[in-house]
Amino acid sequence: MQAEQISVFLENKAGRLCEVTGVLAEAQVNIRALALADTSDFGVLRLIVDHTEKAKTALKQAGFTVGKTDVLAVEVPDRPGGLHEILDLLQSEGINVEYMYAFVNVTGENAVMIFRFDETDRAIATLQAKGFTILNREQVYSL
Amino acid sequence: MIYDIEYETMPREALEAIQFRRLKATIERGYASVPFYQQKFEAAGITPGDIQSLQDLQRLPFTTKQDLRDNYPFGMFAVPMENVVRIHASSGTTGQPTVVGYTARDVDTWAGLMARSLMAGGATRGDIIHNAYGYGLFTGGLGAHYGAEKLGASVIPVSGGNTKRQVVIMKDFGPTILTATPSYALHLAEVAGDMGVSFPDLKFKYGIFGAEPWSESMREEIEEKLGLVAVDIYGLSEVIGPGVAMECYEAKKGLHIFEDHFIPEIINPDTGEVLPYGETGELVFTSITKEAFPVIRYRTRDITSLNPTPCTCGRTMVRMNKVSGRSDDMLIIRGVNVFPSQIESVLMEMQNVEPHYQLVVDREDQLDILTVMVEVSESMFSDEVKTLQGMEKEITKNIKDYLGVSAKVKLVEPKAIARSQGKAVRVIDNRKI
Ligand SMILES: [Zn+2]
Repeated sequence: MQAEQISVFLENKAGRLCEVTGVLAEAQVNIRALALADTSDFGVLRLIVDHTEKAKTALKQAGFTVGKTDVLAVEVPDRPGGLHEILDLLQSEGINVEYMYAFVNVTGENAVMIFRFDETDRAIATLQAKGFTILNREQVYSL
Repeated sequence: MIYDIEYETMPREALEAIQFRRLKATIERGYASVPFYQQKFEAAGITPGDIQSLQDLQRLPFTTKQDLRDNYPFGMFAVPMENVVRIHASSGTTGQPTVVGYTARDVDTWAGLMARSLMAGGATRGDIIHNAYGYGLFTGGLGAHYGAEKLGASVIPVSGGNTKRQVVIMKDFGPTILTATPSYALHLAEVAGDMGVSFPDLKFKYGIFGAEPWSESMREEIEEKLGLVAVDIYGLSEVIGPGVAMECYEAKKGLHIFEDHFIPEIINPDTGEVLPYGETGELVFTSITKEAFPVIRYRTRDITSLNPTPCTCGRTMVRMNKVSGRSDDMLIIRGVNVFPSQIESVLMEMQNVEPHYQLVVDREDQLDILTVMVEVSESMFSDEVKTLQGMEKEITKNIKDYLGVSAKVKLVEPKAIARSQGKAVRVIDNRKI
């Protein structure tokens, strides 16, 4: 049910992001979604790619510190208030969103967002009980 | 157990009487036979006759590493070469090597000090000593070797290197005492593990580790991975070699200095002023029994403090605390003395943090700014920014708590810290003073 996300530690220096995308291009890895969280000194780049292990190995070999985290890819109804329904539901259950970001491009009618929750298992149960769709690994990587 | 009960447990008053007699003889001989000492004393307006008490030692000028280099190779020898039976030299990584000599009696004195040290570290007659200190110009290998023989232990002169063969020997010969540098000891355990040999299941009881500074956390790591009691030995070739001071396995809290052969002082490295017991500064040694290469107030550049409180082992000799740094590495940040090794200890104490760091000092508006760059290893990395920021805050707080200095902590990518010939550059001082 959970999708794998890789994260990369980056110093806030010009050109570092470009180096990451360069390494991944070289390794023939396709980036499906990405988000950068940063401070004045450093940033954490989060990525969903089509080949997680390949990407991780290539980045490590290039000298980056790389981590792996399980996240949820949730379909968001394509209508006004679609995202609000999800967040409202989780809020009422007391489940916190650590961070979230959107997929780069999505075909089909619904948008897909990546979520990281403090209580992943409870989030899955809560969302599924209300009929929200959580994409499995294969679906995420082939989006 | 104590090898030389008479001297090692001597009451302080009797010890001081012996020290004074030996000090006077050393000064007279140094003045008469080494032109360097004669010139230095004359420049300071002092003659050997002015030394009327142990206290008067403080009136004599210091001897530095540079002085030894200036007299390369044999200029500091106090006996003719026909009386020198052994020559050692320190590696010259930062300049000319320093060369030291020994008479037959010096070699015997040294063996006796090493026998004391090995016994203080848990060895006795009947033990098998795996001596992995390097044999050669370096004093470690031969120093431990002669001491082991003097003690009556069986010594395996395996020296450094060829680690896989060492593991086979450890397995087959069943040595009970390991003598090595602490980093090589950890390497031995790692290689043993790769070969499917469980180090803690070997017969080792005690490990006597020295020749490089190591922290309490490293002691814990060694004791856990090697399954032995790890004790610290101190020495430097300029003073005699290993066996100048030794930790007792009973207390494992500081190293007894063999004061019937060496007089220690702690000085303020900037002013040269002698500091009282307990205060931290640079360790200075005067040898009082050596014939070929006497040293008078030799500045070791090692930073430590002396502890005169009686020890549970029964020895009366003063203890030096573990060396916490080198005076030439010392940074003064807003008036606070900071040693890179102290920062390293703070990082080692923290979970998940690896001690890959660099200190950068800048001066902005007359104020010193210390930045501690810490490489983000996989074990400390998190995909959440607030966790990483929390780690920065925790390191900052720990540095403030332990060292009393405010530092800005900056997380950096691995390998961001410059390495010169494999060794990380620990300090970059950008201040123009
Ligand atoms: Zn003791």
